[in-house]
Parts: sequence; structure tokens; C-alpha cells
Amino acid sequence: MSELSVNHLLGIKYITEADIQLIFETADHFKEVINRPIKKVPSLRDITIANLFFENSTRTKLSFELAEKRLSADVINFASSSSSVTKGETLIDTVNNILSMKVDMVVMRHPNPGAGVFLSKHVDASIINAGDGAHEHPTQALLDAYSIREKLGDVAGKKVVIVGDILHSRVALSNIFALQKIGAKVKVCGPKTLIPKYIDKLNVEVETNLRNALEWCDVANMLRVQNERMDISYFPTTREYTQQFGLNKKILDSLNKEIVVMHPGPINRGVEITSDVADSKQSIILEQVQNGVAIRMAVIYLLASKIKHHED
Amino acid sequence: MFASISSFSSILKSSLFKPKKIVLLLPEYNSELPMSQKVLLNATEINIALNRLACQLIEKHDDFSRTVLIGIQPRGVFLAERLKTLLETEYKIKNIKLGYLDITFFRDDFRRGEKPLEANKTNINFMVEDKNVVFIDDVLFTGRSIRSALTAVQSFGRPLEIELLTLIDRRFSRHLPIQPDYRGRQVDAINGEKVKVCWKENDGEDAVYLVKS
Repeated sequence: MSELSVNHLLGIKYITEADIQLIFETADHFKEVINRPIKKVPSLRDITIANLFFENSTRTKLSFELAEKRLSADVINFASSSSSVTKGETLIDTVNNILSMKVDMVVMRHPNPGAGVFLSKHVDASIINAGDGAHEHPTQALLDAYSIREKLGDVAGKKVVIVGDILHSRVALSNIFALQKIGAKVKVCGPKTLIPKYIDKLNVEVETNLRNALEWCDVANMLRVQNERMDISYFPTTREYTQQFGLNKKILDSLNKEIVVMHPGPINRGVEITSDVADSKQSIILEQVQNGVAIRMAVIYLLASKIKHHED
Repeated sequence: MFASISSFSSILKSSLFKPKKIVLLLPEYNSELPMSQKVLLNATEINIALNRLACQLIEKHDDFSRTVLIGIQPRGVFLAERLKTLLETEYKIKNIKLGYLDITFFRDDFRRGEKPLEANKTNINFMVEDKNVVFIDDVLFTGRSIRSALTAVQSFGRPLEIELLTLIDRRFSRHLPIQPDYRGRQVDAINGEKVKVCWKENDGEDAVYLVKS
């Protein structure tokens, strides 16, 4: 097994456990590469990648761009705010225009769920989903699982609780798929209003008491409260949310074990997680960011290796 | 040309004492063979070659204080480890630095082959800046791996000088102007043939075979 079973990374749902393990093994090599004095390899020097961000992003975009550059790919960037999308161009037209400039791979973030899947059926390029609405964010889930693997040695058999806004979170959905595929047990924890109605269909248990969830788990992944996605009020006040579901030093120290604390960023310090916890040695938030580059290099490399070289 | 296995092996043996002698393996000879593989070097012969290579390294690099050995992944690692052990135990040289270099991401055939490239571990935990670097690989064939290694090693600094040591030198098969500085045995094999180097620790025996495809 040294090849992905897919030509696009549209979501964790569409890949196999073997794919995830292959991505992890490849990321191990790239993690070593990005710690060299010269952090660059020439593998993708004849590949051009377009980063299409139809929705704002800082860290994912930077992480992808860095990963692409460390692999020596040519990179073009596109942000919808400064483009013809505002003039009414359709998604397929926009992408086909970009592809006609000989682009091999597209990294896309889009506010609509399923945008990546839709695009993959209509254009001739390898697509990486960098977040599509509340659907999936596969590279984030891969780097989260990879960070757990790095910290705890293995993911299989570990207990992970995802805390916060599960309803609007593509990170939560991708994490659930990824962790379950590689053998971890997953619970979600949050206000009932922010838990999707059919979450039990994913074999995920729901816990509404943060302390119970923390006592059960080995790893707590604290999600951001996504105020921008909340069209109605899902909880009375932010203060009340913090009291019920915020992770602080006091509750962490009162547990009779040391759990690993994660956050996909950007952090609302003092809302879902306090500053002292975010900066504590139990937190692997910055390792997650570093691993993000290695994981994205692995994904891009493995997908690019499936694009056959043409003589012409 | 060579009518039987025994005359062939006697030529092999006689050439032992003249390491520069070239073993000619002609296609007609191979087509008469019932077996698909032929021994090029046996365990004793490998041992003699290793000792000679170790001595040649000492001649050039003295106490290895400014020299680092780098085994090229995946197959050069066994040879590199053997040489290190030999230099340390038989020739009492201390503190030999040995690293492994994987060249997968530097290869020039990415996306061109049928099979995807599989990476191995790189482990170089010393500085190569201003050092004499000796690349160690089991077989020198087209020279493309070594070209990739020359690029790859630059990521770890600027070596003073780079040399190449190889157990088997398939001399008429080069695609690039790359030659070894130290060679165990020179072999002329046609392109369809494969030279297989086996190591006790990995393959259960020390031997070099010429395999007909």
C-alpha cells in the first residue's frame, strides 16, 4: 500500500483507514524534512497548485501555501473578495478559467457544503477540500489525529471528546470520521442546541456535562464558538457558555489524570478555553499547527503522485 | 564463451586477487544457464572487498575526524553499517559518524513510473557543513540516485567534498557523468539483468547475485 485510493481529498468520509495511515507515514518523513536547515524538497517542481479561498482563512491558507512551497510547487492564490465572483461568475467557470492556465491541483475553501464534491465532478484537476461550509475539513482532522498519534503513540483505543459547537463545525464532523476510522472512541460535548439531531447515526455518544466528559477522555478537542455561523441564539450568553463548557485550569487540575488539550484555532481566549490552559504543557495547540504543514505536504505529495506525467 | 559454471567461478576466484579485473558476463552465456541467477560474490569475497574498502577509506580519511559516512536509503544502509562496524572493531577507529539519507523526494522520476515512490527514514544528526562526506550505496547503476543524493544532502549544509563508495559498480549502465571513488567490484551486466546484493542481517546471507529478468 503506497498509493491513496482516491484522486481528490474531499472529506475523510471518502477515504479509507489505509489512506489515513499512508498519509501519517508520509507526514513523518515530511516532518523530518521541515526540521532540516533547508526545509524544501524538489518533488513537485512541475506541479502548479491554485489556492481558491471563497471564504476567509488565515492559518489554513498559510499552512497550505507553506506546504506547497516546501514541495517546490508553483502556487497561485485567489480570494473571492477580490475577484470576478463578486461580478456573478459561477464556480465552475471560475475554476475552469484558472485551470486553463495549466493548473494541476486545486485547494478550495468554500462556504457551501459539498462545493468540493461538486467541483470534482466537473473539472479536470485534483481537488483538496480546505473546508466546505459545515461539511468537512479533512486536513484539519488528519493533523488533529496525527498530533494525538505523536503525543500518545497511537490513536487506536484512545478516548477523544470534542467539546463545543458540533452543529456548525466541519472540524467536528471530519474529526469524528477520522478518529473512528483509525479506532478511537469519540464523544461530543456541548449545549443540546449545538448538537446535531442525528449525531447518534454516527455512533457518537453525547455528553452534556463537561466534567463527566473530561473524566472519561484521554484527549479533549475544544472547538471555537463560531459566532459568525450562529443565525439564532443557541445559548443565553457567552458567559454562561464559558461557565458550562469552558475549559479552565481548575477543572483540569481536579481530574485525577493528565489529559491532552487540543484546539483547531483560532482561539477565543477566555471563552471555550482559558489562557493558562491554552499555554499549559498539556496543550498541543502549537504542535497541531506545525503538524498541519507536514500533513498537508503529505496529502499534496500523495495526490500529486497520482497525476501522471505527460511527455507533451 | 565461458562454457560452464565451474570455469566461471574459477575466473571469479582468480580475479579476487586482482580486484581491478573486470568480470565479463555475456548474454550468450546466461541464456545457456538453467538458473535465473548467478553468484557474483560470495560471503568470503564480500568480506575481502569490505576490508579493502575500509583500508582505502582509512588511507584517505585517516582518523575520520573531518569525515562523515552517509548510507543511501534503502539498500546502502546495510553496507554503511558493515563498514562502520569494521572500521571500529578491526581498525580501532572511534567516533565514526554515520547517517542515513533518503532521496525519494529528490528523485527525478516522480509521477513517471508505474509504481508510486515510497519514502524511507532520513537520519542525519550531525553537521555536514565543511565535512568530507562519503556516500555509501550497494550498487551504482544509472547514477540517478547519486544525483538525487547530491541535491538532497545540500539541505543539511555545504560539505567540503563528497565521495562515493559502492560495492558493485555496473560500469556501462550510467546515464549521468558519475563515477565511484571506491568500488568493491566492477560488473558489466546488460540492462535487462539485475544485480541483487543480499546482507545477512536483512536477507539471511551475504552474497551478490546477477539476476536475469
